[in-house]
Amino acid sequence: MSMSPSTADSVPFTPASYAPAEPGGDLWTLNLGPQHPACHTTLRHVVELDGERIVSCVVHIGYLHSGFEKQGEHLNYDQYVTIVDRMNYVSPIANNVAWHHTCEKLFDIEITPRCKVIRTIVAELARIQDHLLCVGAAALDLGALTAFLYGFNEREAIHDILEDLCGSRFHTSYTRIGGAVCDISDRWPQMIRDFCRQVPSAINDLERLLNKNRIFVERTRGIGFVSKEDAISWSLTGPVARASGVRRDLRKDEPYLCFADNWDGKGSSPVDFKVPVADMGDCYGRYLVRLEELKQSLTIIELLVENIPPGPINVGPADKMTLPDKSEVYSSIEGVIHHFEKVMTNRGFAPPAGEVYGAHETPNGELGFYLVSDGSNTPYRARCRPPCFMNYQCFPDLIVGHQISDVIAILGSMNIIAAELDR
Amino acid sequence: MGLNGAAPSPGSAAQEVVIATRLDHIIGLIRRYTVNWSRKNSLWPMPYATACCGIELMATGASRYDIARFGAEAMRFTPRQCDLMLVAGRVTIKMMPVLQRVYIQMTEPKWVLSMGACACTGGVFDNYAVVQGIDQFMPVDVYVPGCPPRPETLLEGFMAIQRIIDADGVKPGAERGGGKGLRMEISPPAGGGARE
Amino acid sequence: MNPLDVGQVLEALARQFADLDLRPAPLLAREVSGEKQICLRVPADRLVEVMRFLYDDGRCRFDQLADLTCIDYLDYSGAVDRFAVTYCLVSTEIGHRLWVKCPANDPAPEVPSVTSIWKGADWPEREVWDLFGIRFADHPDLRRIMTWEGFESHPLRKDYPLRGRGEREQFERVSRETA
Repeated sequence: MSMSPSTADSVPFTPASYAPAEPGGDLWTLNLGPQHPACHTTLRHVVELDGERIVSCVVHIGYLHSGFEKQGEHLNYDQYVTIVDRMNYVSPIANNVAWHHTCEKLFDIEITPRCKVIRTIVAELARIQDHLLCVGAAALDLGALTAFLYGFNEREAIHDILEDLCGSRFHTSYTRIGGAVCDISDRWPQMIRDFCRQVPSAINDLERLLNKNRIFVERTRGIGFVSKEDAISWSLTGPVARASGVRRDLRKDEPYLCFADNWDGKGSSPVDFKVPVADMGDCYGRYLVRLEELKQSLTIIELLVENIPPGPINVGPADKMTLPDKSEVYSSIEGVIHHFEKVMTNRGFAPPAGEVYGAHETPNGELGFYLVSDGSNTPYRARCRPPCFMNYQCFPDLIVGHQISDVIAILGSMNIIAAELDR
Repeated sequence: MGLNGAAPSPGSAAQEVVIATRLDHIIGLIRRYTVNWSRKNSLWPMPYATACCGIELMATGASRYDIARFGAEAMRFTPRQCDLMLVAGRVTIKMMPVLQRVYIQMTEPKWVLSMGACACTGGVFDNYAVVQGIDQFMPVDVYVPGCPPRPETLLEGFMAIQRIIDADGVKPGAERGGGKGLRMEISPPAGGGARE
Repeated sequence: MNPLDVGQVLEALARQFADLDLRPAPLLAREVSGEKQICLRVPADRLVEVMRFLYDDGRCRFDQLADLTCIDYLDYSGAVDRFAVTYCLVSTEIGHRLWVKCPANDPAPEVPSVTSIWKGADWPEREVWDLFGIRFADHPDLRRIMTWEGFESHPLRKDYPLRGRGEREQFERVSRETA
């Protein structure tokens, strides 16, 4: 609704500044957000309407800008993983894995095969987490509450697995330079196998609820079309791009962890999986791509959980990158020295000075970190390349010509996580 | 309000006083066991979810932790229909005026639950963009710590709100704002950093 | 193919822009051989030309701008320019990646916009303007994106303190009685 002048505007809004397409035309300005149920937390759209059709849209973001990158300049490489957790908060452990992958690139450390397998498994679990919530929330916004609850039920199983892994169900902060905070327990592989056995029926339920559901299909088919060229030009990555026909997945194109050749140093081949690509380019295509990615992630996890290599999870103490085992700290002077070298604020990490970029294929797309190091134990610049930010840019162009209800459908299909968007 | 201990002395004035105080007491009991009881068992939350705590809030509403057992599954996103504002997540400078505005728009009776370390104190984000605790600028009834708080913790905070409602009930009309605040102007920080 | 193998790109650039000192160098210089992420240094006045070549030329075909950011080298020892706007270019066809840096300096740092080449440069350039204060000439809509309206500083600059200058405390207090 256009605001009356008496309720003075706390969030500055002057319709005149959003120049109408036809001056003097019969257009109506509507403010969606930043507090709105379908605006996935803090997104704000000021849309100009001709009846129900959208003529133009201005998107305002930054309502969750929390100074992540500035904070990164004051925390060291292991402390910052706690902040990185809070970026894509729907699949936090994927951010941990991506951050430390980049840090290990900077330090030129090769992690142990056991750590690679565990990191790959949790990254794929994060993908399942994210897609379950995305599909659930997209369905919820369109009115299908059941799909949301089914998705959350399976997410609880993943929370249990992550809680067994590192003690925290949500913000895990699991990885460290050179390894992880702790090794897996004996029952963890069995929990994963039970999970892999139970999830397909939930995915099946979701499919039966939504795939041929007339309302869902009518509200998502043909809505929010992005062509392949536009997808590339707008820097879209992830399922949003793949649903438009862009055949790009960093797990295949720039492989890392267990997706790389010879990842264990003994000639193992990369994990075999398929990358779903659609050519529909609309919301329905994105939904289908995500569902298929869910199934592929399950395949990856099932393959890897049977082949967790024995051995240490952290790189050896000779590298002086990881915290030593407590038994060493309490029983030897070298252990104590090593511990303090890592923990004291004026010591700690000593990376080479320079810059490095590392990217992972997280559930939303290419999550990259651009690290600038000046040789001290905190990054000089910790830039995060957020997939949501790049994906969301095309939104104003995407919704022109659609109706208001389509805005909700398109927003749901793009999976915008405000914390990653605004950092 | 409440029964006075003295025996009523004969005389209509004193007897009236006793009847009046007994009536107050009875009204108090009615209020407590019907009005407050129904209010606390059908608190409709206003989920002001900004960040990660919002996901744990959704998980609390989902089947395992089930906030519906408290009568609170009706998460109406319009402030007019809600009693309890759950501020879940960090509140940045850009978002604070929006939060205040939505709080003002909520109708009485209303309570605020500040969920998570970021809403309570700014959390891990001690920097230029995050408000270090919403209670600096708006009233908060219950603080739920955690980053994010487990759903059980949130439910404990919810039950604390229920205890508050049970014990304190609702302020009488004279003490409430009377809607004056609805025309209050809330603006982003004055000068917006023009001190530089 | 190895995504960091940009030999043919560098050759093509050397032939096309023989007059420019592009200084291709790894982002991180290490003695050991291994994967090296190559970065070019392009001055602001030739930026759009070089980027257009990288986009169009058959050996380059950098059709996607993966990232656009800025680094403030104020406290970095050995830095020549204060700001470096850093572009990460990706070719979805060929599969290789290249980094380009465009330097900018105080006062009034300015760099041409590449939104005419990649639509995805829109918001990242607004973000760099907002957080660093670097203007992008010919940008269609250069306004603040992350910070609030009325804010006049550029927070990610090294001379802006982490905790700000008191902006986060300047709000009116809403009390129970008034609301």
